[in-house]
Amino acid sequence: MIFSAPLEEKFARMLAQYPPGRQRSAVVPMLIYAQDEVGSITKELIEEVARRCGVTPLQVDEVVGYYSMLHRKPMGKYHVQVCTNISCQLVGGEELYEHAKRKLGIGHREVTRDGRFSLEEVECIGACSWAPAVEINYDFHHQVTAEKLDQLLDNLPDSDHQGAANK
Amino acid sequence: MLYNEPSPLETRVVSKRFGLPNSASLDTFLATGGFEAFHKAREMKPEQIIEEVKVSALRGRGGAGFPTGLKWSFVPRNSPKPKYIIVNADESEPGTCKDRLLMEYDPHQLIEGILIAALAVDSHAGYIYIRGEYRYLIELMDRAIAEAYAKGYLGQNIAGTGWDFDLYTHSGAGAYECGEETALLDSIEGKRGIPRMKPPFPAVAGAWGCPTLLNNVETFSAVPAIIRDGGKAFADLGTPKNGGTRLVCISGHVNKPGVYELPLGYPMMKAINEVAGGIPHGRKLKAVVPGGSSCPLLRAEECDIAMDYDTLAKAGSMLGSGGMVVMDETTDMVRVALRIMRFYAHESCGWCIPCREGTAWLRKILSRMVEGNGRREDVALLGELSKNMLGRTFCALGDAAAMPTMSIVEKFAEDFEKYLVPEAVLV
Repeated sequence: MIFSAPLEEKFARMLAQYPPGRQRSAVVPMLIYAQDEVGSITKELIEEVARRCGVTPLQVDEVVGYYSMLHRKPMGKYHVQVCTNISCQLVGGEELYEHAKRKLGIGHREVTRDGRFSLEEVECIGACSWAPAVEINYDFHHQVTAEKLDQLLDNLPDSDHQGAANK
Repeated sequence: MLYNEPSPLETRVVSKRFGLPNSASLDTFLATGGFEAFHKAREMKPEQIIEEVKVSALRGRGGAGFPTGLKWSFVPRNSPKPKYIIVNADESEPGTCKDRLLMEYDPHQLIEGILIAALAVDSHAGYIYIRGEYRYLIELMDRAIAEAYAKGYLGQNIAGTGWDFDLYTHSGAGAYECGEETALLDSIEGKRGIPRMKPPFPAVAGAWGCPTLLNNVETFSAVPAIIRDGGKAFADLGTPKNGGTRLVCISGHVNKPGVYELPLGYPMMKAINEVAGGIPHGRKLKAVVPGGSSCPLLRAEECDIAMDYDTLAKAGSMLGSGGMVVMDETTDMVRVALRIMRFYAHESCGWCIPCREGTAWLRKILSRMVEGNGRREDVALLGELSKNMLGRTFCALGDAAAMPTMSIVEKFAEDFEKYLVPEAVLV
């Protein structure tokens, strides 16, 4: 597999930053950055990461199931993550998540038919004092109301998936 | 732009650059006393640096509150193995959102703190483990690190002092458990984040089997002030054995939620009513989570308390990670308990059976209640199950799930009443 030039450069730096012989350390960062480009964790990607880090595909595969940001099937172009953990719950996070489900017509870790949106009820994303919080791809949005969420979702640009994910 | 207005009641030490123009740039950092502490530390013996940190009474800001100087003294300086510095920036304790700000507004303060720690334990390489959701901060730290390299504040012969140090970021990918230090070490080695048996502690055998100094972002960020102004000046800001200030993340039912830097020992009610502007709609206080969701909750009448590690421990709770969640009288504690347990059940790594099974069963019982099928004996069952998880797991996640649950069952028993169906009469 060949990745984009900037990602190849990033991977080269990653493999060099750990102590000699400890390239397995790059597995998780490599997976998450590669997922942004490839769209999901595919069998081919697992084999590629294993090859580059000098481990078996199984050693990569067992990691994939553990980390909640790694997905085996593609999420939407815009992955909408709504936090409902306690600080958000107290100020309307659960209602906001219900609103998002109704608006998008999908549930937890589901993707809209056009592939534009996916939704996930997430655990604390570290925006407690500015709750309720939503993260769309890697962009944080604070003190989100139902109206604000509608506006956000209606105004997302149509093109450049990677630009959004790799901001 | 800051995420919330600062309060005039704050004592700003680690947050002193927040809000300055270009506060994340090396130029701003150098113009405001940056790297003075590193130069001073370079003139000190390692033991003197560690002694100064001990005098400061700085305690781990990640949650456990372990004395930082003592932790540093455990690293075998003379070991022939390389020694590593690892920064825990996996901030994910519900209620906690402060390390974000330290990296966003003052990344070079963190870098300077890391470098001083490196001098103390004779380390020449460090890694900042940042949770995957904080991608913008990984990029921001990468830029700060690149700037520091370009201007000679990282790499070889740092600032002309002859000290070499390399610093890197490492992305997580979504796992609360990786905030636990030994699980973080497994994670940085490219594995599932499973906690390790201790001892050996990370100070002796940490990353890649080498001596490792692992602290939270805020802990490292406090070090430059301690070295620059002396450990005593820092200690004097707080209460005995609880030195300095900390970033308190106030969330929930308050008029001005936000992250505020307050001295240790600050009165909790003053933090709620004055710093955070009180509770909206004239409602009464019901409960407070003092330091992240892992802490036993306090009832309103217990909140007339000084916020330091020892006082909260005496009151049966913890100062934890600084995530203070305020709940007013309308709060349904059973729903809070369920939300907390859904979190721990999701995040349990599954390594220890009492945690894996305990969190799942507690979640099921609480769900059953909220769905309207609670049985009277369920309340006692919640308490008993939680109690049996305590102290029976490798890491603190099991305890972290059990403790708030036990406190809710004990202190808010009346909230469970409405969820219990009348006992069936057997004929």
